Amino acid sequence: MTTNTSESTHYPEYLIRGASILGGAKQDLLVRGGIIAAVGPAAAEDASEGAVTLEADGLVALPGMVDLHTHLREPGREDAETVETGSRAAALGGFTAVHAMANSSPVADTAGVVEQVYRLGLASGWVEVRPVGAVTVGLGGERLAELGAMAESRASVRVFSDDGICVSDPVLMRRALEYVKAFDGVIAQHAQEPRLTEGAQMNEGEVSAVLGLTGWPAVAEESIIARDVLLAQHVGSRLHVCHVSTAGSVEIIRWAKARGIDVTAEVTPHHLLLTDELVRSYDPVYKVNPPLRTSDDVHALRAALADGTIDVVGTDHAPHPSEHKECEWAQAAMGMTGLETALSVVQHTMVETGLLDWEGFARVTSTTPARIGRLEHQGRPLAAGEPANLILVDPAARWTVDPSTMATKGRNSPFRGLELPGSVRATFYGGHPTVLDGRLATPRPAAPIAEGAQAWNT
Amino acid sequence: MKHLLSTQDLSARNALRLLDVAEEMAAVGEREIKKLPALRGRTVVNLFFEDSTRTRISFEAAAKRLSADVINFAAKGSSVSKGESLKDTAQTLEAMSADAVVIRHPASGAPARLAASGWIDAAVVNAGDGTHEHPTQALLDAFTLRRHWAQLGGSPSAGSTLAGMKVLIVGDVLHSRVARSNVWLLTTLGAEVLLAGPPTLLPVGVASWPCTVYYNLDDALAQRPDAVMMLRLQAERMNAAFFPSTREYSRRWGFDDGRLALLDTMGLDDTVIMHPGPMNRGLEISSAAADSPRSTVLAQVRNGVSVRMATLYLLLSGDQHDEPDDDLQDLQPATTPEGRTP
Repeated sequence: MTTNTSESTHYPEYLIRGASILGGAKQDLLVRGGIIAAVGPAAAEDASEGAVTLEADGLVALPGMVDLHTHLREPGREDAETVETGSRAAALGGFTAVHAMANSSPVADTAGVVEQVYRLGLASGWVEVRPVGAVTVGLGGERLAELGAMAESRASVRVFSDDGICVSDPVLMRRALEYVKAFDGVIAQHAQEPRLTEGAQMNEGEVSAVLGLTGWPAVAEESIIARDVLLAQHVGSRLHVCHVSTAGSVEIIRWAKARGIDVTAEVTPHHLLLTDELVRSYDPVYKVNPPLRTSDDVHALRAALADGTIDVVGTDHAPHPSEHKECEWAQAAMGMTGLETALSVVQHTMVETGLLDWEGFARVTSTTPARIGRLEHQGRPLAAGEPANLILVDPAARWTVDPSTMATKGRNSPFRGLELPGSVRATFYGGHPTVLDGRLATPRPAAPIAEGAQAWNT
Repeated sequence: MKHLLSTQDLSARNALRLLDVAEEMAAVGEREIKKLPALRGRTVVNLFFEDSTRTRISFEAAAKRLSADVINFAAKGSSVSKGESLKDTAQTLEAMSADAVVIRHPASGAPARLAASGWIDAAVVNAGDGTHEHPTQALLDAFTLRRHWAQLGGSPSAGSTLAGMKVLIVGDVLHSRVARSNVWLLTTLGAEVLLAGPPTLLPVGVASWPCTVYYNLDDALAQRPDAVMMLRLQAERMNAAFFPSTREYSRRWGFDDGRLALLDTMGLDDTVIMHPGPMNRGLEISSAAADSPRSTVLAQVRNGVSVRMATLYLLLSGDQHDEPDDDLQDLQPATTPEGRTP
């Protein structure tokens, strides 16, 4: 850790040679002083003698990925994950920003807790950590948390969510949608009608019928989304739907967008690949909320992500200590890790199937999530003068998922043993390489937090 | 066969083998000395996370008749209820060198979890898991049905199947592990299965099962079943709006005196009435039906010991010979094999 203030803002220069920008023509990029200083022939010309050269032949340059949906577990469940370990995993996975979900302990429902998480993120320095604020006090679904205080805190919270628990009270949801307009916030809803999902263990359908596990019907998600888009229309607010998992939800969101309702939607990598057939093993590594659905749902979600009905990929990275998964299905915790596999799963399901090109990949993993979260310095074009949040990806690489080697504390990856394409070779966060040669490098040195400094502190 | 976890993954040949060995075991039960030395020195643990005296004593009798040492581990009220995990319990039993674990558990899939986890080497027998399966119950039901069917056909029971038999299962299929295990096993053995019950108590997804579904019991009885199996109804289900009242349930789906008389009127002289027990007399079955000569309730209990002996014997006798599973594959729905969408 650097102690000298002036040194901490001195970054070495990096000359990236021959990277295919968004999968297009090969170009050079010069990273200096936290920004992309030059692109194209000018990059080599401008580079100083001391510039570190990175040969990027065969690599694709993309804007750093932005996750709208990450569980970092700190404060409270440091046995599952910490801001440090989770943001290391994020950097390795190609992220330069993550949104830390509010269901920590204590819940991130006050300015104090969101500032704590924000400061932990700054201190870690692997990615930009943006706290999500709880919508209701203690995720209790009864009273609004102090949304304004969180928005105005140093953490500049813009995304609010009771993720894991649906804001099911329609009046409370309406008020939350209305209230956050005052500071350009968005409510990210975990759409799950609580009464229809009491004791629910898995997708309700042919597999649950055979396994004798209580079903989580698609209608429990779809009915809440239908209600919420109508509420958003009525009060003229923006709504974000977390982890959409059913074909029916896609149809409702498509309908809402056609009506001009300001709704955005997210899908997880696991819902783009896995189905409820996996639950036949009763292995709780496949237990997640919303649950894995059917093959028809998977195909509908892919098509929706390709045509823009679903706007973004969010990992819903949910690490759990092993004892929460080494047990009976019904007792096991819900959730899967995802930060270190997201890029590969999206490449496998969307790029290699021809549904998205790399430009589209950048749109759903970076540009749009940054816009939804109002992160000014993320998801920007790879052009001169822009913040240097970018990654270099080897799309030809193939690797076999081994959770025991991951940076996250969670070993609950549903992709264990699966061979996947695509590997993150380098991650630049604010001009600093957090990942080089596919391995963790060093965290971005924390700049001193000046009183009154904004969320981004370059 | 290493474990007996479900009837869905039991091949017809393995099922028939179990039933044939059970016939031999039944013969032992009729001797004056009802004991075989087959499993001397082997340890069978009855690991019950749920109260079920009937099933436990049936397994205990089966193990003892085979000369195995039996340990009863009632997990309720033990360290398990203080938070000891299934994993720790399994490893404790492993350290005690259990050869077979007979597990009853309120969570669907717990036996499968135990068998696949690597926590324990023992053979795992599912003695009822949540609302998933209860394979030895289905085996004893199939054993009872096969004896009845073979007797009607005038042939020996051993080696025969249930081909041509029509079995009607009535009641709360949604929450019934007995119904699930019977649907798979009876169809594997060649029977035709009919289900009848309120739509609220039939699972979403039942349409893909190899059976015909009726919402009206009398319509189902009009199909002239050879056996009617009444499922136990938990009256508390009423509180979750599965049906309006026990009286309405009883009128529409109970096997009452009127329906008992109807069997006679229809000339279904050989149709038997089954119940896995314990019965709610006056709710899903009338006393007259339960006590009629058609009732197989006590034969089912008796046969339970024989099929459980056969199960323990085949899993533990060192005979790991496995019958091919080809015939089962046809039953499984055509889905993505690995659960990963290509």
